[in-house]
Amino acid sequence: MADIEIPTLGDPDERAIPCLKPGAMAASKPYVAAPAHNQALGFPGELVPDWHDKAIGRMGELLGKYRSLQVFMDICVKCGACTDKCHYFLGTGDPKNMPVARQDLFRSVYRRYFTPAGKALGAIGLGKLVGAREFTKDVLDEWFNYFHQCSQCRRCSVFCPYGIDTAEVSMAARDIMDTIGHGHKYANEILGKVHKIGNNLGLPGPALIDNLEGLEEDLKDETGLDIRMPVDDAGADILLVTPSADFFAEPHVLGLMGYAKVFHAAGTSWTISTKATEAANFALFIGSYEQMQKVAMRIREAALELGVKRIVFGECGHAWRVAYSFLNTLIGPMDFLDPRYPKPQHILEFTWDLIKRGGIRLDKSGNDGMVLTFHDSCNVARASRMGDFAGGQFVIPREVIKACVPKFVDMNPDTTHEKTFCCGGGGGLLTDELMDLRIKGAAPRMEALADVTKREGVTHMASICAICKAQFTKVLPVYGFDRETVVSVHQLVSNAIVLGNND
Amino acid sequence: MTTFFAILFYTAVAVLVAGLGMKIAQYARVPAPLKIPTTPAPLTRSGAAMRVGREVALFESLFKANKPLWIFAMAFHLGLALVVLRHLRYFQDPVWWPVTLLQPFGIYGGLAMLAGLAALLVRRIVIARIAYISGPSDYAMLALLLAIGASGMMMKMVAHTDIIAVKMFFLGLMVFEFRPLPADPLLALHLFLVAALMLVFPFSKLLHAPGIFFSPTRNQADNPRDRRHLAPWAADLDRERT
Repeated sequence: MADIEIPTLGDPDERAIPCLKPGAMAASKPYVAAPAHNQALGFPGELVPDWHDKAIGRMGELLGKYRSLQVFMDICVKCGACTDKCHYFLGTGDPKNMPVARQDLFRSVYRRYFTPAGKALGAIGLGKLVGAREFTKDVLDEWFNYFHQCSQCRRCSVFCPYGIDTAEVSMAARDIMDTIGHGHKYANEILGKVHKIGNNLGLPGPALIDNLEGLEEDLKDETGLDIRMPVDDAGADILLVTPSADFFAEPHVLGLMGYAKVFHAAGTSWTISTKATEAANFALFIGSYEQMQKVAMRIREAALELGVKRIVFGECGHAWRVAYSFLNTLIGPMDFLDPRYPKPQHILEFTWDLIKRGGIRLDKSGNDGMVLTFHDSCNVARASRMGDFAGGQFVIPREVIKACVPKFVDMNPDTTHEKTFCCGGGGGLLTDELMDLRIKGAAPRMEALADVTKREGVTHMASICAICKAQFTKVLPVYGFDRETVVSVHQLVSNAIVLGNND
Repeated sequence: MTTFFAILFYTAVAVLVAGLGMKIAQYARVPAPLKIPTTPAPLTRSGAAMRVGREVALFESLFKANKPLWIFAMAFHLGLALVVLRHLRYFQDPVWWPVTLLQPFGIYGGLAMLAGLAALLVRRIVIARIAYISGPSDYAMLALLLAIGASGMMMKMVAHTDIIAVKMFFLGLMVFEFRPLPADPLLALHLFLVAALMLVFPFSKLLHAPGIFFSPTRNQADNPRDRRHLAPWAADLDRERT
């Protein structure tokens, strides 16, 4: 990490747009997936000899399946509204990290093979006039590097006058690369583990049960109460589906203990399923509908097997996007669940509802001395919702935090709510070989955090995403913060909740 | 010259209508398999229609993104809208009263359009980020629109043409009669460039005009938990599964 140039942080009110540094991140790329990783998902093991024709063929299929892709390819006017919106561009200055330039890596190939002007001019070597390019190996390499410098956070789509979403384009590009055997190791290896073992960490059932028993003991030591972490408890009301990082990593696990305390205090029966020990669905990142459905189907099966009435998701950003926006499509209709509750529900919706009804009591002194701010996770902020009103995904986490801590402060408004910045590690980029990119991409968030730390004395930043938490734990120290600055929202609930005397 | 322009405009209209028709049919036919509105989004379909309406009429997202660009884009598009409405008089007899009402403002529309276009062009050249993403076709499009506007304004302000004859020419075309077009080079240039614009429309980024209505991040309602959304090809996958 010593040789990585760390961006200097300024005033978020006057965020500087970097000068263009062409090629600055041309060498940044993740590891290519090994044959075993690709084949486990039904993709060719390595780059197939006829990759060019296969890729164009797949592009045609996707254009016929996804209206977003077809429309977005045609309608960009190159106005440049998005050019200063991507955290990776702001952090690196590489012009290919401007959303429109990233899209153009794809669009240039689209124009060459799918538009009359591109076909005609491309055939006589003048494709450049209309932005059309041959799909050469160099272009493919560029795709692999730069479509893995997009965290699919959708910040650009907020500002685009036509709503063009680079995430849709980068998902399509990754789908095409998988189809020709040129996959991304981190994402595909993890998806293989989900299929084989049931979660991203590759944690088998017995190890999970052992681990949860340990957590129950910790809870007993802390509270003196028998707070359970039930597994495969048939007949429980609620199936909790949570990112597997919640079982091990910090600060994630402190959030999991918070969920358990909330369920305990509410007197709700709940369970984790060894079949669905993972809320994350990395198939979203590689743009594969079939894979995404296959991963999501475990949740339906687990819910049916255990006979639960409700499904609640733990704190995880992209998992909540898949759950909230896609689950009904992928594994619905979920007629077997209790129609009185949202299908599925977010743990924060559950907790907030209890707080409002007086179903749990909170004592802010449990978080004495803490001044909190909140990092809106991109997939929750811009790709899903909580509650029954637009923008509930911003209100509910903040209200829960405020109910738990003595002081709450929001960061610069250009970096929160729908304009929030990605943590720098989303979209399947949370892998060590991309550390340079991750550090630079975190700069806008770190700038806003440093600002409230200085002005308002913020001590901690809460997050509701397993990827954000893991990413911040790594990059906070690089920017001079303590790694424990990032906390789970339910960790705050856990500290504040009053147990045992709720009568 | 009359025959040339008559054929040119019949061709241009045919290409524009057929080309746009095919593109719109394609956008309507390709399904959107997943709910992907950029949130927070309206919870109802009527709310989503309003959101698209605001994007079209007010450039809501662009306003969030970049204020100077919003002003330039507004000046150009509003100016163009006014000018196009004003040109309706060449295709109507008698002229609709709203078009008559707009008549005195058309000139300001033309000026706003040219000023907006000039600002967009300068911006494209001067700002390094925008220059980086600009290709030959992006400059060509601005140049084409500028030339159309400038030649039109020249006829209004400097060298008048016989607009009565122009009107007779177009009214004639609409009933398949060739009536003489004034042999005026400025008029010829203006009409030629307009026909060129119509011809490239369905093959260029001008598709943003129909395309925005089909943009899933803007036109979808945020209601995935309440209504199951299923594209035909996804429904086929479901059937294979069960």
